[in-house]
Amino acid sequence: MLLVLENISKHYTVGDTIIRALDQVSISVDEGEYVAVMGHSGSGKSTLLQIASFLDKPTTGSILLRGKKVENYSENEMAGLRNREIGFVFQQFNLLPKTSAIENVALPLVYANVPAQERTARAEDMLREVGLGDRLKNTRAQLSGGQQQRVAIARALINNPSIVFADEPTGNLDSKSGEEIMDMLDVLHKKGKTIILVTHEADIAHHAKRRIVMRDGHIISDSKDRKKKV
Amino acid sequence: MNIENTIRIAIQAIFTNKSRSLLTMLGVIIGVGAVILLMAIGNGLQVYITGQFDSLGANTISIVPGEVFSSSGGFGSRESQFSAISNNKLRYTDVKEISKISGIRAAIPMVLGNSDISYQSTTKKRSIIGTMPEYEKVRNTKAEKGSFFSSSDNDGGKRVTVLGSLLAKDLFSNIDPIGKTVRINGQAFKVLGVAEKKGGGFGGPQFDDYAYIPFKTYIDIFNDQKVSQIVVQAEDKEGIQENIVQIKKQLGKRLKSDEFSVFETTEILKVINQVLGVLTLGLGGIAAISLVVGGIGIMNIMLVSVTERTREIGLRKALGATPGIILLQFLIESSLLSVFGGAIGVALAFLLALVINQFFPAVVTMFSIVLAFGVSATIGIVFGVAPARRASQLSPIEALRSE
Repeated sequence: MLLVLENISKHYTVGDTIIRALDQVSISVDEGEYVAVMGHSGSGKSTLLQIASFLDKPTTGSILLRGKKVENYSENEMAGLRNREIGFVFQQFNLLPKTSAIENVALPLVYANVPAQERTARAEDMLREVGLGDRLKNTRAQLSGGQQQRVAIARALINNPSIVFADEPTGNLDSKSGEEIMDMLDVLHKKGKTIILVTHEADIAHHAKRRIVMRDGHIISDSKDRKKKV
Repeated sequence: MNIENTIRIAIQAIFTNKSRSLLTMLGVIIGVGAVILLMAIGNGLQVYITGQFDSLGANTISIVPGEVFSSSGGFGSRESQFSAISNNKLRYTDVKEISKISGIRAAIPMVLGNSDISYQSTTKKRSIIGTMPEYEKVRNTKAEKGSFFSSSDNDGGKRVTVLGSLLAKDLFSNIDPIGKTVRINGQAFKVLGVAEKKGGGFGGPQFDDYAYIPFKTYIDIFNDQKVSQIVVQAEDKEGIQENIVQIKKQLGKRLKSDEFSVFETTEILKVINQVLGVLTLGLGGIAAISLVVGGIGIMNIMLVSVTERTREIGLRKALGATPGIILLQFLIESSLLSVFGGAIGVALAFLLALVINQFFPAVVTMFSIVLAFGVSATIGIVFGVAPARRASQLSPIEALRSE
């Protein structure tokens, strides 16, 4: 098993009220799985993604990456995990402004201490792979939304992560660009990459082989469990 | 991540926002420039005055009326100096007695007064110095044109004069003054020579504006027996302190100890340099306040920058930047702003010092550069800590969520 989350709870205190964003959630993801986490706003899907991608720590519960407990890792160790194991694709693309596509893509390699020459070469290759070989020097302002998201996908893949987390990747795109991005994720899955997709749109979730639906901090359905029952 | 990459990211951030970076640096640029420039002016003044004293001749002892130095080591009060001039008891007989002391090469009197001096229709009010022909050697004041007056000129009380170079220019402009007749205190004087340029001013004596006449002639026409100053040239530097003791002893026979002062001419220089040193440091200190203000400016802009770039910080953290790396990045950014600002300030101060030097002595010293640069770099680090800490402590989720 690649990633296991056991009895994960995440509680926030706002004034006197305790908000249970996640409540005793357990989920396991196999190598090469394509999982869609669905749910309305406030269902806990984004909190689950943040904890599963080591951006945040759970209040209780344990996280195992390839069987190794990681929930008590220090901030620096978590940063290392994110750098090596995780690729992020955000709804807002999150490209650095006034910075070329190639530099944006190479950013995770900077934190992985990859030498400058190798960074540039690998970022160039990756941008060509996502069809942006002619846009290497373009900055965020010179790229369309779809192109920006492709740069973000290239950045997510540059360090060859174990899992790609995509948080509403088509949320800021027109339908054509959205389809192109989903096609790219499908191709990645076919190549064996583990993908965890967070979305509230059912047709986007259908690209994934496994769909988890969340409500009020609980998993209310998991297509994998249904298959087991059948 | 290695430091080289962190520096590269910090430089990139500075150049991405060129105008903001330049405005942020402005405070440090002005601060460093002001510190170096003000210290350059102070130092320039010191170098200039030292040069002036050097030109007054080597191994000289000055004797003046009253107490020049206070008991605490600085100059005496203004009141005591004024009363010394009005109660001046130095006389020519003292000069003659002093010149008999062994180890003394020459002792010459100087009398100083003001008078109109005119050539044809041009009249100027200037200082007139009555002295001996030896003044030329003792005070290292050579005649650039013509010659200095001779012993026979003095003995005969002849109406001859040597003009300071500026005074000659004021009176004669482009005409050769040698052999011409000027009127001093209403009497005709033949111009024998023009003294070489000595410089001066800035509160001190302006030697180039003086007219030198023989001592005896001065006594005749101004009817003044008071000697303003006695200049003594010692045979060698080693004997100067013993000479001073002997001179004090000699003068003490006739005068009270507070009626005259005997000092090595360079002693005044020491006191002036002491005063100027304090003044220079004071000026530098005032300018340093603007450096601190510049540092606060950097801190403000860096804090704004952290708020503006919250999303960027979140992204960097999501992609693997540790809190330490973010802290270092922002710290390097503020330090570089400070160092770049410091470098521009140094360059600007150099240029301004070159311009100022045309009108006023200004000497940029290594000490002032190191001081200003060091302080500005330290300020960059110190004032950069708060914004850098804030950036490093941001939660990646909160940061990514920010608009």
